[in-house]
Amino acid sequence: MSTKKVISGNYTAAYASMLCRAQVVPAYPITPQTTIVEKIAEFVASGQMKAQYINVESEHSAMAACISAALTGARTFTATSAHGLVLMHEMLHWAAGARTPVIMANVNRALAPPWSGWADHTDSMSQRDTGWLQIYCSSNQEVLDTLILCYKVCEQPDIMLPAMVNMDAFILSHTSEVVDVPDQKEVDDYLPKFDPEYTLDVDDPRSFGTLAFPQSWYMEWRYKIQHAHDLAAKRLVDEAKAFEKHFGRPWGGLIEEYRSKDAEIILVTMSTIASTTKDVVDSLRDKGRDVGLVRVKSFRPFPTKDLREALGHAKVIGVADRSHTYGNEGPLFTEVKGALYNHDRRPPLVGFTVGIGGRDVLDTTIEGLYDRLEKVADGEAYKEVTWIDLIGDEEEVV
Amino acid sequence: MKEIRFHGRGGQGAVIASNILANAAFLEGKDVQAFPFFGVERRGAPVTAFTRLDDKPIRIKYFIYNPNYVIVMDESLLKAVDVTAGLKDPGIVVVNSKRTPEEMELSQYKVATVDATSIALDNDLGSKVAPIVNTVMLGAFAIATGEVKLDSILESIPDRVPVKAEENTKACQTAAEKVVLHW
Repeated sequence: MSTKKVISGNYTAAYASMLCRAQVVPAYPITPQTTIVEKIAEFVASGQMKAQYINVESEHSAMAACISAALTGARTFTATSAHGLVLMHEMLHWAAGARTPVIMANVNRALAPPWSGWADHTDSMSQRDTGWLQIYCSSNQEVLDTLILCYKVCEQPDIMLPAMVNMDAFILSHTSEVVDVPDQKEVDDYLPKFDPEYTLDVDDPRSFGTLAFPQSWYMEWRYKIQHAHDLAAKRLVDEAKAFEKHFGRPWGGLIEEYRSKDAEIILVTMSTIASTTKDVVDSLRDKGRDVGLVRVKSFRPFPTKDLREALGHAKVIGVADRSHTYGNEGPLFTEVKGALYNHDRRPPLVGFTVGIGGRDVLDTTIEGLYDRLEKVADGEAYKEVTWIDLIGDEEEVV
Repeated sequence: MKEIRFHGRGGQGAVIASNILANAAFLEGKDVQAFPFFGVERRGAPVTAFTRLDDKPIRIKYFIYNPNYVIVMDESLLKAVDVTAGLKDPGIVVVNSKRTPEEMELSQYKVATVDATSIALDNDLGSKVAPIVNTVMLGAFAIATGEVKLDSILESIPDRVPVKAEENTKACQTAAEKVVLHW
């Protein structure tokens, strides 16, 4: 029997790691992730969770330990945020390249300088090309469900990829919400033991991570990572159906469409901003305005096909990014545009950079985005990318 | 939807209070959110925490700017922080003070006061310089607003306070008896 609890996103992640029977948890604390690994340390110390908890000297080591443990056939979990995640960068490539299904919760936090403890997606977006699955959550329930689902998908022999489950700093990590926490048996019945085909074993020695020459199989090895991502895109959706049947609540797909199928003006965004946007869509719809929302949940694998189907009919599309690729634009904006370029209709796309360094994204902020998009739909000239809610306008700031 | 803002000082338990209140409303069947604003945390610095309660699912994910209720856990904050900023009309302010509501300079709002510091110290909660008044303030809040039942608060305390569940329960009940309302 599941139990509903009022718990923070961080505690939710800790419960998920215990329920998924993570066996090795190497971790290094960083604000605002700390209470995840504190809670796990408590679980392990009390004997509630049977895991090896490893105090490491840095996040780079945390990930190295996860990779090694996963290669021996252990189920691993770790959590980090911001500077911790970017310090792992080299090892993130290694985890995906070595095809280890390490599962990690990342609390999305802005990077210094200036120092900021608050939400934005720069940390995980700058790990985009490491080969990890990246899922962005919009509620604590989704953090729990996504972690369970990721273990299920990533440990399958034809996937064997690591996954990063992202949640916004403080907005989820330190916000208590009602979470339906399944019991151990329910999770055990859904999630089989991790049983990889090849393991690091002194009695049956093999080589891992060796040299590959240009004319041997490096390129093929890398192609297989892309292929596994393609499979993971399908498998997430299939396993989510099994998840719904088993746990009695939907996980959905790689994107979530909210009142967008018949909408002319669609905002595309991720994470907690999308949750607030649902209230805004309802209130604007009540006023007769033709608006909808598409939430990107899986950024890697990127849902190109789903987005073409969900957005192709729109008159105008806005994309709100909570991070920015300096010298260009928001990364989600770039990728949504890319997905639609080969569509036979090419509706205009407008990019918004919002909520950087935890600047609060209110209902009125999002209403403002829909106002701008309506003007574009009416044929007004528009700027391709706008930073929203700056103190002063864009010219004044510089 | 009802929105509550807590003003406290680091160490007084404002964050846990926002959580106990959320849990109490959850026990009554509401959807809830509780969250802090963390700046540079240190003992004694002003702290803000928030709780949202609603009969339907809460989807908004931003701070509270127009609360229905404000809880002030340390009277000295009245001089340091604009505690009634954005407070809805008619809003209720619950203040930790030895003074009566009439003596407070908050005449445009409904005010309730409770001597939470004395009640906390009587129950061995914190020290004279740093009394832990969170559960005491919630007892006063339940009576002043009627937004949650006192019993739901009491039921949520043992699960949420790290130590001294009994002392906290007794202090909360005492506050419910002693809170002074003025409206």
